[in-house]
Amino acid sequence: MKPRTMFEKIWDQHVVEQKEGKPAIIYIDLHLVHEVTSPQAFEGLRLAGRKLRRPDLTMAVMDHNVPTTDRSLPIQDPIAKKQIDTLAKNCKDFGVTLFDLHSPKQGIVHVVGPELGLTLPGKTIVCGDSHTSTHGAFGALAFGIGTSEVEHVMATQCLQQHKPKTMEVHFKGSLQPGVTAKDAILALIAQIGTAGATGYVIEYTGEAIRSMSMEERMTICNMSIEAGARAGLIAPDETTFAYLEGRPYAPKGELFKQAVEDWKKLATDEGAEFDARVVVDLDQVAPQVTWGTSPGMGMAITDTIPDPNSFATETEQQAAKLALEYMGLKAGQSMTEVKVDRVFIGSCTNSRIEDLRAAARVAQGYQVAPHVQALVVPGSQQVKKQAEEEGLDQIFKEAGFEWREAGCSMCLGMNPDILSPGERCASTSNRNFEGRQGRGGRTHLVSPEMAAAAAIKGHFVDVRKWQFKQKGGKSYATV
Amino acid sequence: MQPFKQHTGVVAPLDRANVDTDAIIPKQFLKRIERSGFGQFLFYDWRFEEDGKPNPSFVLNQDPYNQATILLARENFGCGSSREHAPWALLDFGFRAIIAPSFADIFYNNCFKNGILPIRLTEEQVAELFERTYQTQGYPLTIDLEQQVVTDTNGLRFSFEVDEYRRYCLLNGLDDIGITLQSEAAIAAYEQKRPLYYENR
Repeated sequence: MKPRTMFEKIWDQHVVEQKEGKPAIIYIDLHLVHEVTSPQAFEGLRLAGRKLRRPDLTMAVMDHNVPTTDRSLPIQDPIAKKQIDTLAKNCKDFGVTLFDLHSPKQGIVHVVGPELGLTLPGKTIVCGDSHTSTHGAFGALAFGIGTSEVEHVMATQCLQQHKPKTMEVHFKGSLQPGVTAKDAILALIAQIGTAGATGYVIEYTGEAIRSMSMEERMTICNMSIEAGARAGLIAPDETTFAYLEGRPYAPKGELFKQAVEDWKKLATDEGAEFDARVVVDLDQVAPQVTWGTSPGMGMAITDTIPDPNSFATETEQQAAKLALEYMGLKAGQSMTEVKVDRVFIGSCTNSRIEDLRAAARVAQGYQVAPHVQALVVPGSQQVKKQAEEEGLDQIFKEAGFEWREAGCSMCLGMNPDILSPGERCASTSNRNFEGRQGRGGRTHLVSPEMAAAAAIKGHFVDVRKWQFKQKGGKSYATV
Repeated sequence: MQPFKQHTGVVAPLDRANVDTDAIIPKQFLKRIERSGFGQFLFYDWRFEEDGKPNPSFVLNQDPYNQATILLARENFGCGSSREHAPWALLDFGFRAIIAPSFADIFYNNCFKNGILPIRLTEEQVAELFERTYQTQGYPLTIDLEQQVVTDTNGLRFSFEVDEYRRYCLLNGLDDIGITLQSEAAIAAYEQKRPLYYENR
């Protein structure tokens, strides 16, 4: 048999039907649903008199539009409340399990799926959210879909799909001290651009990937979409299996063993060919910060802001000019002199326990700069609980960070957590588009460590020079 | 879904690359549970001042572009969020086609589900269309999906590629859920052989 990539193996396993001249019909193993992109799909089923085919393979959670403040109080915004109530009613009517606002399992859909063991290697996973690519960290083929396709999956448990191309992104070398998975993925996007992987499914390879935790792998796969790829994949290994074993929805006992045997066969065969290959040299990657209004407009913290005229094409030059104007920045400026007004630590990219630990380690013993408002929003109620057990909430609160309830929050600002016009934010989220975090708001994407350091100093700093204050703390320079 | 066969309309030039779906329909309008009525919010932050008054310098606030039905933009149009509210807003405003050198995958796919035709032309062709749009107020184009060509009244003729199946569905306004449901037997057969460990128990 011809050697196959991991993507091809998962794809082949899920083809229900392939007819000449038509897209393949592929089966979907897990459909994750949230309140924002599902109401019109449920309504579509009702209007057409269709059933939801597999409520048992459908899981719903409230995350995008939920307040991160006291949940015992009613939701103030009547339109937001209606959307939340609509999801509850739809789940009840169609028999879908829902983790609602008051569930101890509530959280961001891409944090909840993995932590409950719903996300498994070799599965096909979809959700009406582009960051579904996150689940690819487990070796699942996971991608975002629009509401029409949400309805399609509800009605048929399948999707019509054109087979995408494959791209290998090879991370060479290793992450240097103070440099994180977030910096690695931002560096990739800066290198290939936000459309660099359009039409492809990425597989991330390299020793650096093998030595990453599941949470770091999720951060990498999460931002595949920011490089244009609908999905990013990482071959499952012992790290993956150890993470999954014992999680509530993961298979148990003999079934788990049998599953692991199958999952070990998912890795790309020796000699399999990718349609494209990109190499990122991690040894050369410093902590990253974006300067513009597209995730591809990124640079090392040690660089200066590029001159728009230095870009190759007229379109890029024009885009860079518009971006600098919007961001209130000038070519040649150093990011370390740029002040921040707000800091957001959270989102499906960076809100898991390891992210919070890393940020807390930087914050411990310091105070948030007086002019900065800083927010920590755990990715799920389970992450929040664990962080509180570890005392991370105390470290943050003592340093002057606000400690909130789980949700998407300021990543997209659907709830009241938004920037005011002109405010500048160091954010651990995934998108720095114009107005993303609030009209006129200026977003800079960074790692949790870089965000925490910016909160304390009141401007961007190179976190590799950070002096840690906790007991036995060392600077990265001496690590 | 409204079929798309042939369409003639005014072209609105939006001279930007990487127009993301947050720009097309900002988040505060995603709380609605309906599919309709999003046109009033299209490109909201660009189209309206902070006090809600129309921004006169934005192209869609200018006559005749306020009646445009074809949108012209630069590369990587529709990047970012998967929100289908973006094509809903474009359609509700009156757009039936978008021309750009490239589109983001999810957005591109979402367009076809809503009777909007996204057309990929080369960067040079798109540049030529921008030129002509700037030269002639209310510059009209005709798009023929059957012939797969874009033409104007001055002899311009650009052909474009589109996947055969998507073209067929759009020409006929077909609901693809109905098409997949015709494969019920194959789906049921597949379900019989799924591994047990993928059942959520």
